[in-house]
Amino acid sequence: MSASATALAEAPATEGSLKVIQDATCTFCGCVCDDIDLTVKDNHIIEAKRACVLGKAWFLNHKTEDRPSCLIDGQPASLEAGYDRAARILVEGKYPIIYGLSDSPCEAQRVAVSIADWINGTIDTTTSVCHGPSGMAFQGVGEVTCSLGEVINRGDMIMFWGSNPAESHPRHFTKYSLMPKGMFLPNGRKDRTCVIVDVRKTKSAKAADIFVQIKPRADFEGLWALRALSKGIDLDPVQVKRDTGVELAVWQDLMHRMKACKFGVIFFGMGLTMTRGKHANSEALLALTRDMNAYTRFVAKPNRGHGNVTGADNVVAWRTGYPFGVNHSRGYPRFNPGEYTTSDTLANGEADSGMTIACDPMANFSEPARRHLASIPYIALDTKETPTTRAAAVAFTVATYGIHTGGTVYRMDDVPIPLRPSCESPNPSDLEVLTQIERRVKALIGITG
Amino acid sequence: MTIEYTKISGGTVYDPANGIDGLVRDLWIVDGRIVEPPTDPTVTPTKTIDASGLVVMPGGIDMHCHIAGPKVNVARKMRPEDKRKGEQIHRTNVTHSGTMGSVPSTFATGYKYIGMGYTTAFDAAIPPLGARHAHEEFEDTPCIDKGFYVLMGNNHYVMQSLQRNEPERLKAFIGWLLASTKGFAPKLVNPGGVEVWKSHQAGNVSGLHQKVDHFEVTPLQIIQGVARAADELKLPHAVHIHCNNLGMPGNWTTTLETMKALEGHRGHITHAQFHSYGGGDADENTFNSKVAPLAEYVNSHPNLTIDVGQVLFGETTSMTGDGPLGYYLSKVYGGKWFSGDTEMESGCGITPIKYKNKSLVHALQWAIGLEWYLLVEDPWRVVMSTDHPNGGSFLAYPQIIRMLMDRTYRQDILKTCHPLVRERSQLGDLNREYSLNEIAIITRAGPARILGLKHKGHLGPGADADITIYTPHENKEIMFELPRTVIKSGRVLVDQGEIREVLTGKTLHVDPNYDRDMEQGIQDWFEKYYSIRWRNYPVDLSYLHESEIVPMITSP
Ligand code: SF4
Ligand SMILES: [Zn+2]
Repeated sequence: MSASATALAEAPATEGSLKVIQDATCTFCGCVCDDIDLTVKDNHIIEAKRACVLGKAWFLNHKTEDRPSCLIDGQPASLEAGYDRAARILVEGKYPIIYGLSDSPCEAQRVAVSIADWINGTIDTTTSVCHGPSGMAFQGVGEVTCSLGEVINRGDMIMFWGSNPAESHPRHFTKYSLMPKGMFLPNGRKDRTCVIVDVRKTKSAKAADIFVQIKPRADFEGLWALRALSKGIDLDPVQVKRDTGVELAVWQDLMHRMKACKFGVIFFGMGLTMTRGKHANSEALLALTRDMNAYTRFVAKPNRGHGNVTGADNVVAWRTGYPFGVNHSRGYPRFNPGEYTTSDTLANGEADSGMTIACDPMANFSEPARRHLASIPYIALDTKETPTTRAAAVAFTVATYGIHTGGTVYRMDDVPIPLRPSCESPNPSDLEVLTQIERRVKALIGITG
Repeated sequence: MTIEYTKISGGTVYDPANGIDGLVRDLWIVDGRIVEPPTDPTVTPTKTIDASGLVVMPGGIDMHCHIAGPKVNVARKMRPEDKRKGEQIHRTNVTHSGTMGSVPSTFATGYKYIGMGYTTAFDAAIPPLGARHAHEEFEDTPCIDKGFYVLMGNNHYVMQSLQRNEPERLKAFIGWLLASTKGFAPKLVNPGGVEVWKSHQAGNVSGLHQKVDHFEVTPLQIIQGVARAADELKLPHAVHIHCNNLGMPGNWTTTLETMKALEGHRGHITHAQFHSYGGGDADENTFNSKVAPLAEYVNSHPNLTIDVGQVLFGETTSMTGDGPLGYYLSKVYGGKWFSGDTEMESGCGITPIKYKNKSLVHALQWAIGLEWYLLVEDPWRVVMSTDHPNGGSFLAYPQIIRMLMDRTYRQDILKTCHPLVRERSQLGDLNREYSLNEIAIITRAGPARILGLKHKGHLGPGADADITIYTPHENKEIMFELPRTVIKSGRVLVDQGEIREVLTGKTLHVDPNYDRDMEQGIQDWFEKYYSIRWRNYPVDLSYLHESEIVPMITSP
């Protein structure tokens, strides 16, 4: 198992000398740029060529914290003691939950799902709090989509809906969606039309040829106006303006352009998936995209956030059959978002033990969920100290994936990409910690497989 | 040091590759392989499995299914309703839990195959960009050996090399692509058609002679070019072809032309059932079977092999690398639809479907599949498949075996079908019944030979000790669905219907010899158009946990 995680590791730089790691992968956002050239000196990254501001900060500001690898009840402890205690917490719980995963490589995610299976636990990822609604919309209507290279080579109409890549995915425009010269778009940006639909004038809006500012929480109405127009249905201009905050003529012009393009792409973000309507919004957008294929080629793509949230969806799905929010209490996987998703199992006071992996629910979750988490024994894995690690019964400080450790991550278009670690860490990887815990869990409950 | 022998004693052995048709034989196993019986009569085995009164065969081989990788996983994510309805796989002290439905989770897939006596399976359609994903799933698909075919019928570099009339470059590219993905064989899916789909509304090619725009090559050129390259590279398995026009009335002429285009080369036509339809241009009212003329062509052309792609009545999920087909099916069935285009390489379509015995088209599809088994004379050149899950689940194989071995059973099913099926297919007149030996050929010995797997599909010395032991039964479905014992790599994984032990299983792949000087040209092209870096594309050995390089053959 650990072989794949370390295979791309290259010899550490010797003191004082410079070492260059070519085509390293940045995991800071869903773009998962795999073209970063890192210069390493004395086990520190001093240059990250081609990385954006966020990527540079990720690589350059990154430091190994002077913090014990393991803390039990806030006191430094040996890793062995931590693994033992962690396994006991998980095995003794009646309703153990495992949550996070989106900033871990697939190799570690797989072990986390195994542990959930052995302990009849619930496994959930941060998808449930970001793009879960699009996952459910996808289960309703399907999706017409493509890999990002198709956008580069064919996308002549690029739309962003409720997504602000200029701030959330800084290289999105230059690397994938607007600027590149593609096979069928030799002039790059000049050959593409960019449309941005949002409730406010975001930083990204500057890049748009057409900016459509809709009323807050009117995404659903806007998408339905477009769906109706695509089918040639007459709409009442007064009502459209009232419902969407945008003139009917603007929607008509947009639909006209959408039908006239050769290969349209709609990227959507949490501005769509996490506002009123949630999965109905995503469903309307996916349905619109599907409708458009009666006239031309059109695809949709969620702009996923965390580095490997897409990998988490994939790993949980191939192992259990469901993408997130999976409960094993009956000895087999069951899926029910809203019931087995972590914010719910915590807020409802059901979970009685848990493990968080590279996530910070103590900072992000609702007050009742946080209060309940603080009241139960849980294990936290993170690269740094957070509110969640502080309240954990066992906290492991782990090495950073993509910097210290290798493995596989999935880009937001489901393309798997290997990591090239560049530095060494005194801390174990999350894969190592999880593997050690799994070994003990299996021994405690008598699993021989 | 003493050698540890396992002996399977007194079984009635069906080993068609070695000419053994139901003879009582002992089998000796050392270190996961079958060996000659020890010459020293005093040697006693460490372990003896008494197989007297039981039927012993090599482990089954599924040469065409969809069990791993991007599109299979999308289907899982898209269809929770299918999984909720399906069987639930409970965790035990040796096995993981899982879910079934038409697209089982990875562990469930491995357990169900081994539980049915199948020890090897090949996923038939992996986009190279998703190869790493397929390998990751393979590691979580236990108990069986596995490999995959690499989609290349719409690959830009393939088409560009053909356009420029550079067969040597094409050959090098295919060698490089198989080596980079750790794949097993070249796969064509609707050659040329998927590229047209990517650039035109409802785009597709209509037949073998339509030019693919931009590249100015025809499906015919792609088929012939890749078939030739596969032979020249001496790949263990020939080009594996999903023909153009799948599912369309009248498509049999396209299939016949494809077969003719393979003259002088090896070629495998997959899920032939979906490609054997008569009838007017997209006119379902004239839909009928054209297996007879196609099977006759196959019978007289030993360079060709087929697998069937049998349809079973019930609900399933259609998943294909054929993007335009997915669009067509989603319109026919009106359900949710996934389409995913992969840059430079391939497409993908997924939609839920349901085959009904009262539907004339569906009942004909069912009959056409059976006709294929019954009309190909040489069982070594027809292989059992459902194109899992497209025609139905791989778990239907025992039922198909019964339909082939028991004509009364299949005629009884025919009676429940739409009445016009008897007029539009000749299934009602076919009396052939398969023997156990022939079943052993179409489910293990044949696919092993067609895939070039010298250590599989037989029980002679040197073979992998992948062995299935069945309790004979009048009802062949019962006999084949629950084997008494299943041995994988010499270890008893299944006994009395229960999984006793698990192993990961090997990944089978090829490492062809190709002209490395061509790599620079490939790299230049790659760096111009792909969204990932050249260095991050090849799947390195760390993704292969247990694996075996299947050697090239000496002559095609
Ligand atoms: S765009 Fe995202 S992945 Fe790329 S360098 Fe910036 S933060 Fe990293
Ligand atoms: Zn197939």
